[in-house]
Amino acid sequence: MSPNSKGEAPLRSDHDIVLARQQVRRLTQELKFSLVDQTKMVTAASELARNALIYGGGGTMEWEIVSVDGRRGLKLRFSDEGPGIPNLELAMTDGWTSGNGLGMGLTGTKRLVNEFDIDTKVGAGTRVTIARWI
Amino acid sequence: MGEFLLVTIQIDMHDQMALKLQDDLSSAIVKNATRGVLIDISTLEMVDSFIGRMVADISSMGKILGAETILVGMQPAVAITLVELGLSLPGVATALNVERGMVLLRQKIDADGANVTEL
Repeated sequence: MSPNSKGEAPLRSDHDIVLARQQVRRLTQELKFSLVDQTKMVTAASELARNALIYGGGGTMEWEIVSVDGRRGLKLRFSDEGPGIPNLELAMTDGWTSGNGLGMGLTGTKRLVNEFDIDTKVGAGTRVTIARWI
Repeated sequence: MGEFLLVTIQIDMHDQMALKLQDDLSSAIVKNATRGVLIDISTLEMVDSFIGRMVADISSMGKILGAETILVGMQPAVAITLVELGLSLPGVATALNVERGMVLLRQKIDADGANVTEL
């Protein structure tokens, strides 16, 4: 795999979430992540893919193998064009849920990865970028 | 297994399938007057908040319908990830494998029986 390998997958259905998980599993295996790190990244991807589908009305997952200062990792970006998150601070509170989840969504996911960035605008959608290094 | 139901989840389920399993299982508990349910997830490589919630819901539902539920066989990497995610599965009994799960199930059901007698 070339160091700058990248791709994109749709998030339009339940089945797409499964495919996204499987894609992330394959990528983390190719990158030789430890089993625990693979599982963390796959679980984080599953949470964010579902968010994009349920709250964002569908979207995409972009993936990229990145290399910074000789360190390799996997970067994932989940984008939707949904309603956005009106109160990001509240959404990033542990235990908070808009009603459907267990309140683990964003804060829990953040704990599973090395880098977590969220960009959201009411009416314009949400973009969450995560990365995990080997 | 007589009064017990063993559910083995062997595939990466999509969300609708997980909800269907929940429905099917509650019907099966009632139909068979099941006292105990073992959910074997030893081949599952990932449990996210949705699957976690499904398992917790099955456990509470089962309790209302008179059945104890034990989750068995969780892989270590899955357990580590769940804890970090913040999901501690409150109210869900767990065991290392099916064998130990059966023993625990038997104990729980016997204990329930004893309580009823005392009343």
